[in-house]
Amino acid sequence: MSVNQHTHAGPPYGQPQPGYQGYQQPAYGGQPLPGVPHTQYGAYNGPMPGYQQPVPPQGSVRALPTSGAPPPASGTSLPSGHQGYSQFGQGDVQNGIPTSTAPMQRPPASQPFLPGSAPAPVSQPSTFQQYGPPPSSVQQLSNHMAGMTIGSTSISAPPPAGLGYGPPTSVPPVSGSFSATGSGLYTPYTASQGPPPPSVPQGLPLAQPPFSGQSVPTQRLPTEVPGFAPPPSSTGIGPSSYPPSTGAPRPPPMPGPPLSGQTVAGPPMSQPNHVSSPPPPSTLSGPHPGPPMSGLHGPPPPTHPPQPGYQMQQNGSFGQVRGPQPNYGGAYPGTPNYGSQPGPPPKRLDPDSIPSPIQVIEDDRSNRGSEPFVTGVRGQVPPLVTTNFLVKDQGNASPRYIRCTSYNIPCTSDMAKQSQVPLAAVIKPLATLPPEEALPYLVDHGESGPVRCNRCKAYMCPFMQFIEGGRRFQCCFCSCVTEVPAHYFQHLDHTGKRVDFYDRPELSLGSYEFLATVDYCKNNKFPSPPAFIFMIDVSYNAVKSGLVRLICEELKSILDYLPREGNMEESAIRVGFVTYNKVLHFYNVKSSLAQPQMMVVSDVADMFVPLLDGFLVNVNESRTVIASLLDQIPEMFADTRETETVFGPVIQAGLEALKAAECAGKLFIFHTSLPIAEAPGKLKNRDDKKLINTDKEKTLFQPQTSFYSNLAKDCVAQGCCVDLFLFPNQYLDVATLGVVTYQTGGSIYKYAYFQLETDQDRFLNDLRRDVQKEVGFDAVMRVRTSTGIRATDFFGAFYMSNTTDVEMAGLDCDKTITVEFKHDDKLSEDSGALLQCALLYTSCAGQRRLRIHNLSLNCCTQLADLYRNCETDTLINYLAKYAYRGVLSSPVKAVRDSLINQCAQILACYRKNCASPSSAGQLILPECMKLLPVYLNCVLKSDVLQPGPEVTTDDRAYIRQLVTSMDVAETNVFFYPRLLPLTKADVDSDSLPAAIRNSEERLSKGDIYLLENGLNIFVWVGVNVQQGLIQNLFGVSSFSQISNTLSTLPVLENPFSKKVRSIIDMLHLQRSRYMKLIIVKQEDKLEMLFKHFLVEDKSLTGGASYVDFLCHMHKEIRQLLS
Amino acid sequence: MATYLEFIQQNEERDGVRFSWNVWPSSRLEATRMVVPLACLLTPLRERPDLPPVQYEPVLCSRPTCKAVLNPLCQVDYRAKLWACNFCFQRNQFPPAYAGISEVNQPAELMPQFSTIEYIVQRGPQTPLIFLYVVDTCLEEEDLQALKESLQMSLSLLPADALVGLITFGRMIQVHELSCEGISKSYVFRGTKDLTAKQIQDMLGLSRPAVPIQQGRPLQAPEQPVISSRFLQPVHKIDMNLTDLLGELQRDPWPVTQGKRPLRSTGVALSIAVGLLEGTFPNTGARIMLFTGGPPTQGPGMVVGDELKTPIRSWHDIEKDNARFMKKATKHYETLANRTATNGHCIDIYACALDQTGLLEMKCCANLTGGHMVMGDSFNTSLFKQTFQRVFNKGLNGEFRMAFGANLEVKTSRELKIAGAIGPCVSLNVKGPCVSENELGIGGTSQWKICGLDPCTTLAIYFEVVNQHNAPIPQGGRGAVQFVTQYQHSSTQKRIRVTTIARNWADAQSQLQHIEAAFDQEAAAVLMARLGVYRAESEEGPDVLRWLDRQLIRLCQKFGQYNKDDPNSFRLSESFSLYPQFMFHLRRSPFLQVFNNSPDESSYYRHHFARQDLTQSLIMIQPILYAYSFHGPPEPVLLDSSSILPDRILLMDTFFQIVIYLGETIAQWQKAGYQDMPEYENFKHLLQAPLDDAQEILQTRFPMPRYVHTEHGGSQARFLLSKVNPSQTHNNLYAWGQVSNGRATCIWEYCKMYIQIIVCIVAVLFYLIVFGLRLGAGCICPALLI
Repeated sequence: MSVNQHTHAGPPYGQPQPGYQGYQQPAYGGQPLPGVPHTQYGAYNGPMPGYQQPVPPQGSVRALPTSGAPPPASGTSLPSGHQGYSQFGQGDVQNGIPTSTAPMQRPPASQPFLPGSAPAPVSQPSTFQQYGPPPSSVQQLSNHMAGMTIGSTSISAPPPAGLGYGPPTSVPPVSGSFSATGSGLYTPYTASQGPPPPSVPQGLPLAQPPFSGQSVPTQRLPTEVPGFAPPPSSTGIGPSSYPPSTGAPRPPPMPGPPLSGQTVAGPPMSQPNHVSSPPPPSTLSGPHPGPPMSGLHGPPPPTHPPQPGYQMQQNGSFGQVRGPQPNYGGAYPGTPNYGSQPGPPPKRLDPDSIPSPIQVIEDDRSNRGSEPFVTGVRGQVPPLVTTNFLVKDQGNASPRYIRCTSYNIPCTSDMAKQSQVPLAAVIKPLATLPPEEALPYLVDHGESGPVRCNRCKAYMCPFMQFIEGGRRFQCCFCSCVTEVPAHYFQHLDHTGKRVDFYDRPELSLGSYEFLATVDYCKNNKFPSPPAFIFMIDVSYNAVKSGLVRLICEELKSILDYLPREGNMEESAIRVGFVTYNKVLHFYNVKSSLAQPQMMVVSDVADMFVPLLDGFLVNVNESRTVIASLLDQIPEMFADTRETETVFGPVIQAGLEALKAAECAGKLFIFHTSLPIAEAPGKLKNRDDKKLINTDKEKTLFQPQTSFYSNLAKDCVAQGCCVDLFLFPNQYLDVATLGVVTYQTGGSIYKYAYFQLETDQDRFLNDLRRDVQKEVGFDAVMRVRTSTGIRATDFFGAFYMSNTTDVEMAGLDCDKTITVEFKHDDKLSEDSGALLQCALLYTSCAGQRRLRIHNLSLNCCTQLADLYRNCETDTLINYLAKYAYRGVLSSPVKAVRDSLINQCAQILACYRKNCASPSSAGQLILPECMKLLPVYLNCVLKSDVLQPGPEVTTDDRAYIRQLVTSMDVAETNVFFYPRLLPLTKADVDSDSLPAAIRNSEERLSKGDIYLLENGLNIFVWVGVNVQQGLIQNLFGVSSFSQISNTLSTLPVLENPFSKKVRSIIDMLHLQRSRYMKLIIVKQEDKLEMLFKHFLVEDKSLTGGASYVDFLCHMHKEIRQLLS
Repeated sequence: MATYLEFIQQNEERDGVRFSWNVWPSSRLEATRMVVPLACLLTPLRERPDLPPVQYEPVLCSRPTCKAVLNPLCQVDYRAKLWACNFCFQRNQFPPAYAGISEVNQPAELMPQFSTIEYIVQRGPQTPLIFLYVVDTCLEEEDLQALKESLQMSLSLLPADALVGLITFGRMIQVHELSCEGISKSYVFRGTKDLTAKQIQDMLGLSRPAVPIQQGRPLQAPEQPVISSRFLQPVHKIDMNLTDLLGELQRDPWPVTQGKRPLRSTGVALSIAVGLLEGTFPNTGARIMLFTGGPPTQGPGMVVGDELKTPIRSWHDIEKDNARFMKKATKHYETLANRTATNGHCIDIYACALDQTGLLEMKCCANLTGGHMVMGDSFNTSLFKQTFQRVFNKGLNGEFRMAFGANLEVKTSRELKIAGAIGPCVSLNVKGPCVSENELGIGGTSQWKICGLDPCTTLAIYFEVVNQHNAPIPQGGRGAVQFVTQYQHSSTQKRIRVTTIARNWADAQSQLQHIEAAFDQEAAAVLMARLGVYRAESEEGPDVLRWLDRQLIRLCQKFGQYNKDDPNSFRLSESFSLYPQFMFHLRRSPFLQVFNNSPDESSYYRHHFARQDLTQSLIMIQPILYAYSFHGPPEPVLLDSSSILPDRILLMDTFFQIVIYLGETIAQWQKAGYQDMPEYENFKHLLQAPLDDAQEILQTRFPMPRYVHTEHGGSQARFLLSKVNPSQTHNNLYAWGQVSNGRATCIWEYCKMYIQIIVCIVAVLFYLIVFGLRLGAGCICPALLI
């Protein structure tokens, strides 16, 4: 769907200006007009109102466009979204919200703007006008999407906007909300200008039906509260007052007031506003509340002043950027340009008016969640990762295995370059399937091994073309003709299909496995079953914290759950145990021994394995000895005083043990501290926060010694995968320790300041899952493509010794490899493009197998096709990995800039080549990429690319490595966390409550929310939550008694508690790691941490808010276009 | 004192000393002309059940360079309570405790019968004995089992408070921690890497950090010297534990592929053992007992590669300089041995394998530290089992026959200087006025360290008469020598044994017959043999033989009586009569001849020769042959092929072997089963007699000799045939008594030839003969030796 159509911005502004003063009036007046549309929308009434509101937002949007592209986007999006939403019924919300949000943001950003602020409101009106135009564009854009068409209707939407204004008044409910917001804002405004701005935004969001006024006010409070003390009160009042005030307020309430209010704040702020809007408001609010408020009040209502400003803006809108400039200046380096742009008008965008991830997710879920996704058709875009859907394999690999950034590949490299859309596939070769879906079939082609193309060695797949009556087949990748081996011959039917087409998985399915012959094995020998070696740090810290005892206890039971091949009675995996501090202790747990034997190796400089027989044992045979060992380990080291540890030798030891046993395997290392003991791989503490934001920052991500890289190579060669569980109390250099883990396809788990009581569950769950999960060893993956494109770049946790083969010592079901493709020739639309991902690995039973995934993609000669078949989540996955790798070699700032630049180019290309002509001030986003800005912003704000002061170097390195092997679903929720209002949950159903957007203003003081990002779960409790709820959930009687050290929710027998716990359990099931539960009380210290995850808001560390960023993007795009 | 023989015997019994000359030539010049140097065999700890040790400290001469111990030879002024040192003539005051001294009330050390006296002194803390087992696990299953049993058995033989430790090795080395409950714990080292003592101690966690906490509390300081470490524990505490541990010992688990030797890290294992003791119990009595079943094949100290197709070095390879690991390995073990000696510990080597085990390279470990060296075919033989058991034998008074960390100091009167010592000792490099510049053996010092010794351990100590010819010693003057041995007794007491002897000086020109009469040819033979063997270690074999021959010629020239050009007129006095015979057998002995012996065997023989006392040494030089027949009681017979008669049973004792040989007829009778017939009971007794005698020898000897029971024509008869003087060979078997040709080498001819040489001084002939001898020695089959 196209997003913002601000082409008309110019005119809107013009109008707005006039409108401004008149604006309100006009707007309202306009509303009535829209009223007509109203009628039209009558059906939509509900939504419509939203729409109307959106309209105003558009106005604001426009302002934005001037300021930066973003705002328009919001505006446009609103329209489009509205339209789309209207259909879906969700649009309303956005509409309502956007307006409000816009002001919100503005105020902070554009405070200086005060004058401008006025314009902002103006801009909103302008949007109204714009509205007309945008729709058109929308229509154009929205070719394929029904929503798009709706968008066209949205064109009418502009009128709705008008209507919106009108409607609010006219439509009771909507208006109610609306008016509430508007009026509320207004009133607050009048009451106190300072507060109003914030309130305004809130009001706006509130306006949205879904979130309803209630949440709004509460939210406001919270958000504002921190910043604006006064507002809360006002807001508090506001809500109540809103309704009444609605009538009057309307005119002013609209953007104008809020903006003005903000702007008001701005004036004082003028200087400050540049940077952080939030702070200024607060400060402003603080000081100004009284006087300024009033004074401000004057101004804001006076919209008049704004008018002038407006005019200015309008005029300037095209040329004036002033207002915005400063704002962005703060937020973005590029701001200056920003400023040059029409900035001023963009001022406030209504957050509700800009594309909402929640909306998109919900839409996709309701549209595509119900029917199975059948993979028979080439180039089909699968449902979003957030949607629950079943897959039927009919010749292409399930999206659970492979997802592409685009399912339509440009035919030529020129097109690809022009669009700048990266062509990448995110491959998860061993992904876990839901129980309803069949596992890949195992195919045995006998002694001669799988049938393959003679030239390119591609494996037999559904796309191979059998010719000459089935005697030969033509390779779909390289077109080479290969004889069909006699044992594989089969006649063709009249359509040219083999008669046994449906009997053979490799001919009819997208994913299947071959049984590998001895030719595919190392040293031409079938592999032995792999081994797991548990290596436990027993230095003082580990013992003292109870960790050692915990691990030993857990291992006793966990050993019964080692992964096994489907039908096997017991796991073939052998286990071994090592403990270590400054020296290593190996254990002989041979079944014939009465007691385990411990062997100490102190020669860490030259590691070796002291025993052969009895180190790696079958669990069942040596059960008693192992149990005895695990009982004794904690006792033996109970009095240890050794604080130093080694690390390199530990891995070496594991490696040597596997070498000696001639098998692949996995090391589970439980480690607590920086390895400073004298040994190979000794590290020093080189943490230095001063390096952040310097050219040397990249060194923090690089390993401090090449020792581990070399070690990793050896590990990969042996098939020794390393999983690392870290329990640091201080810096331990994850960047270096993780190298081996990373390159061998292992996982790192990090539990900072591990405490038995709070972190035990998380660790144990992670450990259990890590031990039990399906895993392949000694894996090599190669991606073959049809002629014309080529896999050129790979991201993930693996090692590459050449340019084509991805080698992984271990590959588990959660590990993902992202592959980028580049053209080396032309593709044809007819034949499309094919991918074949072949993974050779050793199963946990020691069987050598080949897993093949095939995927066919369309090729296009029209850019529009490309943009229509993109998948933003996958794109973000790729971009994040690309950027996270970039920080190793470039300054972080450069990485951020290049990310922004690339996205701007993608969007600009769309705008230039696909969108219908429209005013330059309009931000138009492709439907499939309308979330790109918000997600991209999240990536840019992530800890790796923009660390806050509390983020440790280790955390950044950890996250960096973690993200590199994440799949699309994980990156999606990691960058845009899921925020669920628990109090809205339906206690009687299984479903999750509808998610809400990650912004503080969406939070209500009276509710409890849950936020999860794949690593953490936050339960946020508002100050005004009913005591009953608190009692039900926490088992304490009041808010103040809630302990924020809880790591789990108490088990209480009441529906609410049960529901919440079941939600949390459900979330845990969805994620590969057990998430840490953190209880956050509103206004508590921890809330800062929580707010960090409200990614649509401006972050304390300088990350832009969604709205600001959108503006910035718009500016960038415009720059590119001009 | 009737004869010198009695005198010598008496002296030996009392003092454990036998001098080559019991009357000393009074000038340097004369002494050199005596050919056989003035030297003695000293058995420092000779068992003296009749000698109760005294419980006080010896009284020392106050001159700092002297410090001789008060002895019966000192002049004492009872009234003034003064005594004059008989070595430096310093006059010393008696200590206060001797206030009551008088002619009638003499302290023991002044009584003549106490020329040897032992003091028990209380010095420092008493540390228990330490036994550190270093066990090779690259053994065949039965061997390992037998070894394990022997080791377990040995635990019961150890003193209860002794500390034991266990190190096992194969491809890796495991140092077992004995103190832990439940889980058995060991430190593992790889066998390919040499580690310094400090590294080893660090890795074993022995290096004591600067215990800062304890410094605050002075009271705890005394607790510091806790006499045990994790690796060395009192036997009574961990008896069961260690027994189990030994029981669970497995063969080295690392696979040995076809055509390879197992990887055996003996060098590093020893190094770790040494480092462990060095760090924990320096200067305390400790035995490192190495049990190995094959050659070291990796790491420092490796003797041969692990490829079976390259055989272990032979004498041939060594002569050709083709033993690529030998020098390096020898250096490694020498370094270790020296370190061990410095720490006062000793190393025993128990090597049981059919092939060589690298004793040549490792010999210094035992030689320099006074440890035992035992060589056998397998641990699963009674030879090893009983030998090992005998290590823990107890003496007459119920004490272990072992002592540690002895420090032997020799003091001489002015006319004498010390030239050196040969035996299981190392020099302490103590220079002094009585140290000669000419070295014989380990010289340049007046003190030696003998880390491990038993009552039989005997050192050869060589002296030099330095009195100038023009400064005659007054008539009746006596030269004196004092041996002071400080050692740790097996009861962990510190003891000092002091032996002071004196001999008369005689002017060689006027009193040669005195000197001649006082010649101890047995001692002289052994002393010369030791010198010869000592030289053979570092020199080419033929040179040594030539040197020995020349010495013999010179001796005969000096003391023989003959008429020029008349060989038959040659006579030697009684006191010299056996000497040439000893030399003859010495030349043929495995100590000087390497032919038909592996380098390991040579090292083994030489090791024992350098430490056994006179009697045993003589047996080694000239084996004893007894004959049993119906013609009379058992009688010693000539070690000659003519002694082999069909109706005789022969019992030969070569120290290393006991051979019972049945003559042809006897063997036939035995086969016919006459011994089982009651009417031939005397035959049964005849058969039994040598067995009983052999048993008696077997009971007492350490190490256990190889026991061979064979008969005429038996393959094992070679043991006998290779030793006897081949006066009869297949060349002359049918022509009794005929001297066949110039190559004949029977004793008499040999002697005659020497006489001829002496008489004719025909060097050319001499060399021809020697050449012939060598040819004879070069025959492949000992049985065919001519």
